[in-house]
Amino acid sequence: MEPFTTHTGVGVPLRRSNVDTDQIIPAVYLKRVTRTGFEDGLFAAWRSDEQFVLNQEPYRAGSVLVAGPDFGTGSSREHAVWALSDYGFRVVLSARFADIFRGNAGKAGLLAAVCEQSDIELLWKLLETEPGTEVTVDLREKTVRAKDFTAGFAVDDYTRWRLLDGLDDIALTLRHAAVIDEFEQARADWLPVTTPIAGT
Amino acid sequence: MAKTLAEKVWDRHVVRKGTGAEPDLLYIDLHLVHEVTSPQAFDGLRLAGRPVRRPDLTIATEDHNVPTVGIDLPIADPVSRTQVETLRRNCAEFGVRLHPMGDREQGIVHVVGPQLGLTQPGTTVVCGDSHTSTHGAFGALAFGIGTSEVEHVLATQTLPLRPFKTMAVTVTGALRPGVTAKDVILAVIARIGTGGGQGYVLEYRGPAIEKLSVEARMTVCNMSIEAGARAGMIAPDETTFAYLKGRPHAPSGEQWDRAVASWRELRTDDGAEFDAEVVIDADELTPFVTWGTNPGQGLPLSASVPDPERIADENERVAAEKALSYMDLTPGTPLREISVDTVFLGSCTNGRIEDLRAAADVLRGHRVADGVRMLVVPGSMRVRAQAEAEGLDEVFLAAGAEWRQAGCSMCLGMNPDQLAPGERSASTSNRNFEGRQGKGGRTHLVSPLVAAATAVRGTLSSPEDLRTPAAAGAEN
Repeated sequence: MEPFTTHTGVGVPLRRSNVDTDQIIPAVYLKRVTRTGFEDGLFAAWRSDEQFVLNQEPYRAGSVLVAGPDFGTGSSREHAVWALSDYGFRVVLSARFADIFRGNAGKAGLLAAVCEQSDIELLWKLLETEPGTEVTVDLREKTVRAKDFTAGFAVDDYTRWRLLDGLDDIALTLRHAAVIDEFEQARADWLPVTTPIAGT
Repeated sequence: MAKTLAEKVWDRHVVRKGTGAEPDLLYIDLHLVHEVTSPQAFDGLRLAGRPVRRPDLTIATEDHNVPTVGIDLPIADPVSRTQVETLRRNCAEFGVRLHPMGDREQGIVHVVGPQLGLTQPGTTVVCGDSHTSTHGAFGALAFGIGTSEVEHVLATQTLPLRPFKTMAVTVTGALRPGVTAKDVILAVIARIGTGGGQGYVLEYRGPAIEKLSVEARMTVCNMSIEAGARAGMIAPDETTFAYLKGRPHAPSGEQWDRAVASWRELRTDDGAEFDAEVVIDADELTPFVTWGTNPGQGLPLSASVPDPERIADENERVAAEKALSYMDLTPGTPLREISVDTVFLGSCTNGRIEDLRAAADVLRGHRVADGVRMLVVPGSMRVRAQAEAEGLDEVFLAAGAEWRQAGCSMCLGMNPDQLAPGERSASTSNRNFEGRQGKGGRTHLVSPLVAAATAVRGTLSSPEDLRTPAAAGAEN
């Protein structure tokens, strides 16, 4: 994974709460077996509306999404993160993220940064009155800056560490392979295995 | 120290306590796999030269994409076909057991695991699907994961995770006849909101929960994610043990006795503290339906479409306005007057045998209303076979409903079972998001009983309305 330390890009105000992952990418776009190429499905239904924020300059080239609370609810589809990344987003700011979405983002290199809703409102106003304003998100300092706006954000320490160093989660876990072996030796013998048995 | 159910199951699975920034490493007992969220995970393993660590704790089924008619033919949509074929190749290459389309054990992943007896109390269960919370009905800690985590579990059989906070959802009293598990969970979500459970595992408890069958408990736990909670759990009891006994993968003989002894310890200790608590009175619940575009936007069927003007919170008011515009509903319209084009009975929420029986009981002797189509999609081929053995298929067909093969179907419309733009459904599934059942489609979430009654009358209805047609309007 590419390390993430700081990012500066055009901020996009998305004035909606409860943006579920079906809105981020509808199910019909989930049929690909590759890990890239999902940008066409991003906000697919809304992008057919000319008024939608991503259909307007200069938001079209945005890379920092500033969203309402409860972003990424619903389906666990990591394709939602891939669609945002493939489109060009590196950061999503919101007062509340759904747990699975936030986890997926951290694994796939998209920063899901938790801000106060009052800061989100200030950013929305700034980005709407001065379209094209660049937002700088610094993961080392855990700060968001835009013009004279500055605020802090929250992110899980483990996610921050892995993003800063671009670490591979699986490789990190495999350092503990011996402990996993040991745990497996001690598991109860009646626990189920999926090996087919007669009649199934 | 007194512990909650969730904490007990968590503690039994900690491979390594977290240190510094690293969270606990949790062992996973059962990994369920399907075609949509796994191809990129298997690709990742191939690229890194890693095997599946425990194929014997992994099982796959085809569910999201599969058509529910003509399953003896190749899948017509070439992209869906490629995805299903990719799962078959990956399972063959990595040695994972697969139940493909047409197989007698094929079905929705969350219906298949429990009916095989693979889902057991006190286990950890994951799947690249948010409705994995379903399995919490057995007292398992079960939650949905993304594709990166799917790859992580395939490679290591573990996940690095921070402990969840705990929330008790206590349902007191007793459900009235005609009020179901679906109504309970829709009422819970309406109460705590779609974000209310974020960061929590919900433990459903209290007399009304204890009286539920295991299948009904699965309906409740299934929609925990719709309240924002990654997992929902119910302490296992005699009902759970009776459900499991004799299932293909349940322990037997002397192992059964030891398993049950271990399962009996899986209860929240007296004096254990939850981080949050919600109490719902079952006596007050009536059939519940959604009017908006998230599962928290629900009301009793006897209510009317709400007026956004009266919602104080600005975010919620804007959300309600957008929802009513999308749903094409006018504030003040009685919910019972909303007419539908389609009724969908199925999904991992309500596609089990008890759901089909309940709907068939309502439909017996009635016909689906003119201009309404009703799709009945069993959650698995085993459910389908059972329903046919009981003659339920004949009840559905005689009423004018369509009797389909097993799969996720119109819950998310990845296969051809979709709503057309502007069409409205009463659906026993779990999500009423914009476009969820087809672009421009409008969804009302309902119980199987409400689904069946709605099919007969053509407007949102409960079985009561069929018995006393004249009372429908008067009841408000």
